[in-house]
Amino acid sequence: MTALVTLPVLLPLLAAALSLMLTRFATIQRLLGLIVLLLIVLDAAWLLQVVDSEGPVVVQLGGHAAPFGITMIADRLAALLLLVSAVVTLSVLLFSIGQRITDYGRDTSSTAFHPMYLVLCSGVSLAYVSGDLFNLFVAFEIMLAASYVLITRRTTASRIRAGMTYVIVSLAASLLFITMIALVYAATGTVNLADLADKMGALPDGIQLGLSLLMLVVFGIKAAMVPLHFWLPDSYPTAPAPITAVFAGLLTKVGVYAMIRTQTLVFDHMESWTVLLVLGSLTMIVGALGAIAQDDINRLLSFLLVSHIGFMLFGLALFNELGMTGAILYVVHHIIVQASLFLACGLVTRHTGTVSVNGMSGVAKAYPLIAVLFALPALSLAGIPPFSGFIAKIALFQAGVQEATPIAYVATGAAILTSLLTLYAVGRVWVVSFWGEPSTPHPDPDPTDELIVGTRVTSRSMTTATGGLVAAGLLIIFVAGPLSGISERAATDLLDPSSYREVVLGDSAIAGGGE
Amino acid sequence: MTVAITAGVLVAGAVYLFLKREMLRVILGFVLLGHAGNMILMAAGGTSRRAEPFGTPEEPATVADPLPQAFVLTAIVIAFSITIFMLVLSATGTENDDTTDGANDPANGPTDSADGTSQPRPARHGARTEEHP
Amino acid sequence: MKANPESDPQPNSESNSEFNLHEEMWNDWDVPRDQLLAGEYAGGVWKRSLLLESAARIVFPTVLVFSIYLLIAGHYDAGGGFSGGLVAGLAFVVRYVAGGRGELATILRIRPLVVVGMGLTIAVVVALAPLLVGGEVLATTTFDVPLPVIGDVKIATSLGLDLGVYLLIVGVVLDLLRTLGAGIELQAPGDRTSKREGA
Repeated sequence: MTALVTLPVLLPLLAAALSLMLTRFATIQRLLGLIVLLLIVLDAAWLLQVVDSEGPVVVQLGGHAAPFGITMIADRLAALLLLVSAVVTLSVLLFSIGQRITDYGRDTSSTAFHPMYLVLCSGVSLAYVSGDLFNLFVAFEIMLAASYVLITRRTTASRIRAGMTYVIVSLAASLLFITMIALVYAATGTVNLADLADKMGALPDGIQLGLSLLMLVVFGIKAAMVPLHFWLPDSYPTAPAPITAVFAGLLTKVGVYAMIRTQTLVFDHMESWTVLLVLGSLTMIVGALGAIAQDDINRLLSFLLVSHIGFMLFGLALFNELGMTGAILYVVHHIIVQASLFLACGLVTRHTGTVSVNGMSGVAKAYPLIAVLFALPALSLAGIPPFSGFIAKIALFQAGVQEATPIAYVATGAAILTSLLTLYAVGRVWVVSFWGEPSTPHPDPDPTDELIVGTRVTSRSMTTATGGLVAAGLLIIFVAGPLSGISERAATDLLDPSSYREVVLGDSAIAGGGE
Repeated sequence: MTVAITAGVLVAGAVYLFLKREMLRVILGFVLLGHAGNMILMAAGGTSRRAEPFGTPEEPATVADPLPQAFVLTAIVIAFSITIFMLVLSATGTENDDTTDGANDPANGPTDSADGTSQPRPARHGARTEEHP
Repeated sequence: MKANPESDPQPNSESNSEFNLHEEMWNDWDVPRDQLLAGEYAGGVWKRSLLLESAARIVFPTVLVFSIYLLIAGHYDAGGGFSGGLVAGLAFVVRYVAGGRGELATILRIRPLVVVGMGLTIAVVVALAPLLVGGEVLATTTFDVPLPVIGDVKIATSLGLDLGVYLLIVGVVLDLLRTLGAGIELQAPGDRTSKREGA
C-alpha cells in the first residue's frame, strides 16, 4: 500500500535512467515514457481512492521514525493533485512525441527530452508527497533543474536570455528557500512539516509572522504571485508548446500547493492572510489587464495564467472551508485547462505560422477541430457555465461572500471583474484570430526554432493528446459532485491538520511533542 | 557571529556581482549567494554552542548538529550542478553574453522591465509578421 | 612510411581513426603502444608536459583505488558514493589534462550518458528492491560476508545505492569533460588548433 506513494516518484526516475541508456532506440524510449506515465495515472487514481476512504498514507523512508527520518505522505489533496498532474504529463508527453515524429520522423531519438521530462514528472510527484520542508526543497530543485534543460533545449541564441531569466529567478528563489529552511530549523529544530505544526505555535508571534511571510515570498515566486510574477510571461512563451503547457499547468501549481500546504499546516490563521488576500486580488487584476494588452498569444495565455493564480490565493486567503474547497477545485481545473489551452495554441500556431493574435484570422473556418479544442478550455477558463471553471469560481465567490468582511467583498469583486476581463481577453482572441476569412499562413520564420513550427502539419497523436486533455477538462463537469466532495474533505483536512500530525508522528509523539 | 558576518559579506559580494552586465559575473554572484545560504544553514545548527564532531564525544548535545550539515551537502550539490548548467548556457549563448537590454541585438525586442504589464509589447515575432500581411 | 591504422597494434584503432590527423609524425616503430596516455599522440592540442604525463600514469590508478575505498567505506566512515565518484572523476580529469580529449576518447568505449543512466538505474532499483521483500522503500539491511583473508565483512544494502551514485557522478564528470572540455580545446592556443577546427 505504501508503495503507491513512492512509485510516482521513483518510477519516472527509473524510466529517466533507462531512457538515458536507450537514446539510440527511439521507439522504446517513447513507449517507456508513455507506459510509465500511464502507470502513474493508475497508481494515483488508486491512491486517491485509498486515501479518500482510509485516510492519509504515510511512508517513513528506510523505516526511520518521523521527526528524524524523511517522511512521504499522501493525503486527499496530494493524491488528487498527483492524479491530475499525471493526466496532464501523460497527455503532454503524447503531444510532444507526436510533434517530434511529425517534424523529424520516427527514427530520430532525443538525448535530453525524455529523460529530463521524466525527471520533471518525478520532481512534481515528490513535491506533492514530501512531508518535510527540505524534501520539498529537493523536489523543487529536481523539478526546476529538469525545467531549466527543457526550456533552453534546442533553443536559438536569442532565446537563451529568456531562459536565463527563468533560471536566475528560480535560482534566486531556491536560495531564498534554503535561507528560509535555515531560519525555520534554527527557530524550531525540525523541518518535518507535521512536527513544525507542533513547534511553530510555541514561537513568538513576530517570528511566526516573519517565517510565514518568507514562505509566502519563496512560494510566491514559484507560483508567480504579483508582484513576483514578472519572470513568467517573459520566459514561458519562449519554450515549445508542449513544454510551456506542462510548465504552465504544473510548475506554478506546485508553488501554490506548497503555499497551501505550509500555510494551513504550519501556521495559525493570522494577519498575513490579509496580505495574501490583497496580493491575490492584485494578481488577478494585474494578470488580466496584462493579458488584454498582449498581441502574442502565448504571452496572453501566460498573463492569464498569472491572473488565475490569484483565484487560488484568494481561496487560500479566505481560510474557511468553502474558500479552501474552491481553491482546490480551482487548482484541479486550472492545471488541466491551462495545459490544454497551451497545447491547442501550439496546434494553432503550427497552422498559422505566427503567434501574433492580429497576424492570424479565420482559424475557425480553416481548422474547425482545432478551433473547438481551443474554444472549450478558453470558455472554461473564463468561467462560463457549465464548464469546470464555473464550478470552481462559484465556490470561491460563495466563500468570499460568506466571509463577509469588507476586504473579502472587495476581493470577490476583483475576482468577478477578472472573470469578465478573462472573457474579454479570450473573446478578443476568438474574434480576431478565429473568425473572419482564413489568412494565408506565414512562412516558418526560423526552421531551426521549435517555438513556432509553421509547417501546417499536425499528426493525429497531437490532436488526440490535446483532445484528451480537453475531454479531461470536460469530464470535471460530469464528476463535479464527487470531485467537490473530495475537495471539501481535503479542505476540512487542511483546516484541521491534527489528523495529518497524528498520522505522521504517531500518538506518542503528539503527547511528548511541545517539550 | 563570524558566520553571520561571513554570510553578510558573501551576500554583499553577490549583489555587487549581480549588478554587472556580464553573464559570467552574474553566475559567480550566484555562487557567492549559494555559499551565503549555506553559511546561514550551518549557523542554524547552533555553531556557537556546539563543538566539532571529532573523536568520541561524551556529551552528544555539545557536538555539531549533523542535520544542517547534511542539508548543506545537498544544497552544495544542487548549487554546483545548477552553476555548471548556467555556465554551459552562457557558453552556448556567447552572442549575447551580456545581460544588456538588447540594444545591440536587433533580433530581440526591448526586454520588459520588472513589471511586464507596464508596456504593451509587440509580439516577439509580431514585427516580423508585419512584413507579409 | 605512415602508420597504417589497420596494421597498427593499437587496440584503439576505432577511436584512433578520428584522431589520426597527425599520424604522419610517427613511424611504424615509434607509435606509442602503451594503453595509458596513448591517445595524446593523436589528439592532444596543447603542449605536452613530460612531468604531467608521467605523474598522470602513476596518479590515475592510485586515485581510482582510493575512490573505490571511499565508496566502500562510506557507510560507516567518511566517504560514500558521491565523494568517491567525484574523486574517480578527478582521476579522469587528470588524464584529460595530460592527454586532451583524444585521451578520454581512447579509454571510453561507452558513452558517458549511458554511465549516468546505469548509475541512476542501479540507485533506483536498489531503492525499490525492499518493496519486493515487503519492506519500505530505501530500507537497508546488513549482511555479514565471510571473505577469505580479509575476514568477516559487513555489507549494507545501501552500498548498492552508493554504487549507483558513484557511477552517476563519474558519468557526469566524463560528460562534462566531453562537452565542455571539447570547447576549451578548440579555443586553446596550440600549434595544431587550426587543423582540428573541423572536428
